[in-house]
Amino acid sequence: MTSENLLFENLSEGQETSQGRVYTLSGGDWDQVKAAPEGESERVVVNMGPQHPSTHGVLRLIVELEGETVTEVRPAIGYLHTGIEKNLEFRTWTQGVTFVTRMDYLSSFYNETAYCLAVEKLLGITNDIPERATVIRVMLMELNRISSHLVALGTGGLELGALTAMFLAFREREIILDLYELVTGLRMNHAYIRPGGLGQDLPHDAIAKIREAIPRIRNGFKDTENLLVGNSIWMARTKDVGVLDLDACLALGVTGPTLRSTGFAWDLRKTNPYCGYETYDFEIPTVESADAYGRFLIRLAEMEQSLRIVEQCLDRLEPGPVMIADKKIAWPAQLAIGGDGMGNSLEHIKQIMGTSMESLIHHFKLVTEGFEVPVGQVYQAVESPRGELGVHMVSDGGTRPYRVHFRDPSFTNLQSIPAICEGGQIADLVAAIASIDPVMGGVDR
Amino acid sequence: MSETNNPLVPQNSTELPLVDVREGSFGVRGAGDTSGFGGLIRRIYLPPAATRPLPGWFEDVVASLEQALAAKDLKPTDVIERVIVDRNELTININRNHLLISMQLLRDEPRLRFEMSTGVNGVHYPHQTDAELHAVYHLRSMTHNRQIRVETTAPDVDPHIPSTVVIYPTNNWHERETYDFFGIIFDGHPALTRIEMPDDWVGHPQRKDYPLGGVPVEYKGATIPAPDERRMYSK
Repeated sequence: MTSENLLFENLSEGQETSQGRVYTLSGGDWDQVKAAPEGESERVVVNMGPQHPSTHGVLRLIVELEGETVTEVRPAIGYLHTGIEKNLEFRTWTQGVTFVTRMDYLSSFYNETAYCLAVEKLLGITNDIPERATVIRVMLMELNRISSHLVALGTGGLELGALTAMFLAFREREIILDLYELVTGLRMNHAYIRPGGLGQDLPHDAIAKIREAIPRIRNGFKDTENLLVGNSIWMARTKDVGVLDLDACLALGVTGPTLRSTGFAWDLRKTNPYCGYETYDFEIPTVESADAYGRFLIRLAEMEQSLRIVEQCLDRLEPGPVMIADKKIAWPAQLAIGGDGMGNSLEHIKQIMGTSMESLIHHFKLVTEGFEVPVGQVYQAVESPRGELGVHMVSDGGTRPYRVHFRDPSFTNLQSIPAICEGGQIADLVAAIASIDPVMGGVDR
Repeated sequence: MSETNNPLVPQNSTELPLVDVREGSFGVRGAGDTSGFGGLIRRIYLPPAATRPLPGWFEDVVASLEQALAAKDLKPTDVIERVIVDRNELTININRNHLLISMQLLRDEPRLRFEMSTGVNGVHYPHQTDAELHAVYHLRSMTHNRQIRVETTAPDVDPHIPSTVVIYPTNNWHERETYDFFGIIFDGHPALTRIEMPDDWVGHPQRKDYPLGGVPVEYKGATIPAPDERRMYSK
C-alpha cells in the first residue's frame, strides 16, 4: 500500500499525533470527517498559498483558525528565491544592474538607483554624476512610485472583491508603462540606470509625451478617489484592520506607508536626501489611524506628490550628458538604432574600427573586464514605494562585487504579518497583507 | 617582488582585515602567466582603523558608547575591536562576546538611541583566519538622524554569534537569512531555520567556497560555459 493510499484510508478516522487527532483535508472532502467529540476544540490549520490569488504573489501562509478568527499565522517565503545576490558576484559592476532590476519587479527603478548610488559611493564619484542623469533618475523613480502604488491599490481592491478599483488603477498604470517603454525600451526590468549615469538619453519626444500624460494620470486618480475614499463598503473592510502602531513599526523595522500611517513623517527623501531630493518641493503625507484604510489614503496622497515632483523634473531638464565624463567608467557608445536594427553608434564604430586601436582596446576591456572599484563597504538607502530599500555593498577592489545585499522593505515588512493579523478575522488577513503591499520578487530575491 | 618590500602592503598589515591575496598583474588565475609579472603578490586589505578623534558626530557616538560600556564595568578596548571611518560611514567592530550589551546600549542610551535596525547581513572572508564570517548590522537613529554599521566576526570552526532578536525583533528574519546563506548560528534565536532555501538544502550558498552552479549554454553552435566557469579577469 502506498503512503498516498494510507492517507485516504485514514481520512475519516484521522491520525493520532502529539497534537491530538489530526485530519488532513485537501478540499471537497469535509463531509467524510466525523465531527470532533463533544468538548474538544476544533482547531483548523489552513495552508494558504503559495499559489493563491489573494496572497499577493507566491506568499505562503500557515493559518490557525478558531472558527473565523485567526489565532496564529506564520508566513513562509522563499518560493521566488533566484539567488540574485550570488549571481552579482560573478558579473561586472555594470552587468549587475540587469539583475537587481528584476528583484522587486514593481519598483525596478528604485533597485537600479539604489544599486548605482552604492557603486558610485564606493567609487567616490557621487558628485560627478551629470545633473541631467540625476533629474531623469528622480523622474523615473517618482513615476515608478505611482505605477507601484497603483498596483498596490488595484490588487488590494481586487483581493477584497472591488474589481473596479483594479480596472481603474491598471488603466493609469498602462499610461506610465507606455512612458517606460518610450524611455527605456522596456515596460519592466529596464536596466536603464547604470553606474555613472544612464544607459542612454531620453528619446527626443519623451519630455512632451510625459508632460501630456500627467493630466491624464491626475484625472484618472480622481476616479479611484471618488470610488473608494469614504466608500462605506471599502471603509468597512479596511478601517481598523491591520493596525500596527509606531513602537511596533520601529521594533519590527517596518518602514514606508505603514510607518507613515502611524503619523510619523519618516521618509528618506526628506530625512536623508539623495539624488538632490532636498531641492524639490513636495510633502510627506501622514495619517494617524495606523490601519489599512490609512495606508490606502497615504498611497493616494503620495501619488499626487510624486506627480508634483515629476513636473518639477520636467521643468529642470536641461540638455547635457547623461553619463559621467570619466572614460574609465562610462561605456563609450552612445547608442542609436542602426540600419540592421541593432543598437550601435556609427561614429563610435568608425573610430574604434578605423582610426584608433587604443579606443578599440579600451572599449573591449571596459565591456568584457569592467572597471575596478576601490576596496571597502557602503550602505545606501532609498525610499522605495514600500519603505527603506537599503543596499549593503562590499568591494574587494576588483571588477566584480564581493558581496551585495539588498535590505528589501517587503522582506522586513512581511515580518509584521503575525503582529497585525492574529486575533482578527480571516477575511481581514487578506486586507492586512494587501495594505503592507509585499512584492515577493523583492522578498526572496 | 617579494612580499616584504611591496609598497602595497601597509606597515601594520597583520592588524588589518585581509580580503584577498592576488598574484600577477592581469587577474588571470590558474593559467601560465608568461608576462613576467607572475611573481607579483598583492594583499588586499579592508580600510584601516580610524585615528581618534573621529570626524563630526562619529566621535560623539563612539565616545558615548565607550562611556556607557565603562559604566557597565566593561573595558571599552575589550568590546570595541576597531573603529573605521570610510566614505563618510562609521563602522564599529564589536567582539561577539559583548555584542548583546553593546546593542542594548546603542539602542537605549539617550545619546545613542539607535531605535531601528535595518537588518543583518553576512559577508564571508575566507582569508581572514579565525574571523572568516562577518555579521554586519546597520542601525538607524531616528532621534538623531544618524546611521552606523556594527560588525562582528566569528571563526569558521565556531560559527556562533549571539542573536539580537531580543533587542531588535526585526532581526528575526534577517538572522534566519544570514544563517541560511552563511551558516552563522545565532545563539538564542527563537526559531533559527532556513528561510529562503528549502528546509532540506545542504550547504550555505552565499559562502565563497560554494559554487554558483549553472549549465553551459549553446548559442549558434558555440558553447558558452556556465557563468562561474568562464574566463574572468577580476583583479
